[in-house]
Amino acid sequence: MTDELESMLLDGRVEPPKANGEVIFDEPWQNRTFGMARSLCEAGYYTWDEFRACLIQQIESWQADHSEQEPYQYFDHFLAALTDLMALKGLCETRELDQRSRAFADRPHGHDH
Amino acid sequence: MNDDQKHHDHDHDHEEKSPQAIRTEALESLLIEKGLLSEHAVDDVIANYAQRVGPMNGALLVARAWTDAEFKQRLLSNATQAIAEYDFQGGQVDHLVVVENTPERHNAVVCTLCSCYPWAVLGLPPKWYKDPAYRSRIVREPRALLAEMGLPLDKKIEIRVWDSSAEVRYMVLPMRPAHTEGMTQDELAALVSRDSMIGVEVLEASSRAGQPS
Repeated sequence: MTDELESMLLDGRVEPPKANGEVIFDEPWQNRTFGMARSLCEAGYYTWDEFRACLIQQIESWQADHSEQEPYQYFDHFLAALTDLMALKGLCETRELDQRSRAFADRPHGHDH
Repeated sequence: MNDDQKHHDHDHDHEEKSPQAIRTEALESLLIEKGLLSEHAVDDVIANYAQRVGPMNGALLVARAWTDAEFKQRLLSNATQAIAEYDFQGGQVDHLVVVENTPERHNAVVCTLCSCYPWAVLGLPPKWYKDPAYRSRIVREPRALLAEMGLPLDKKIEIRVWDSSAEVRYMVLPMRPAHTEGMTQDELAALVSRDSMIGVEVLEASSRAGQPS
């Protein structure tokens, strides 16, 4: 980062990325999913183009049965794209993920972390 | 707050967890067990995008282009090369194209298929950018949509919409607002909004121009 930019950030002349009056992540899991998708890409398990192809497929299949006016949950598609890609690459089977998800959902409250 | 209350609130948060939140947690736990991911790496990525990747980087380029004709020329002819010296993080600028707004032509950026966006210069895209309505309407009826978004453009102004492809990412070079003569690059950068670099806003002679910096 340039010194110029650093000083602008420090004295608050430049707003942080999320402060444009809109929130980029509505819920913490969305941020986490984005972080996982980028980490795995940076670690070389897939290229971003491969991820993009899965994301486009998810979005297209949703749009095929829904209108523009219906509520659209971008990060649902993003998460589905990531889990598809993990299965496609043989890194994490969907069945295994389903099982773990069920086990986590069934945890007694207060013992789920 | 006493311990009982704390405990209660903590449990309550977990009861509210959505199926997506649980699935995300399950996926992360499996990938960590398999040695594909570390919690630390995910935290680092998140912190990086939250703190270092954002529209302040694009704003810096715009302000420099306004004051440095030679840089502007380089930015418009090969943006990826022109920004290499900045070492911006975040990626998605391997084939960056910067398109210039003029009094005759207004540019806007979209990704019709998903959500492609030049992260290293604009940060992560806002929610509306990813919505089906923006993605289709900005192509189908850009003038009407921009007007709805608060940017009514004169009919004489041509509108060009740039659709991201597998490789190419776009950023708009907005026009420099009036009454900003004599401002430094830093002061100018502070006037540049994210939306003006997507092309859904034009920068007016800013009220912020008079503020002490």
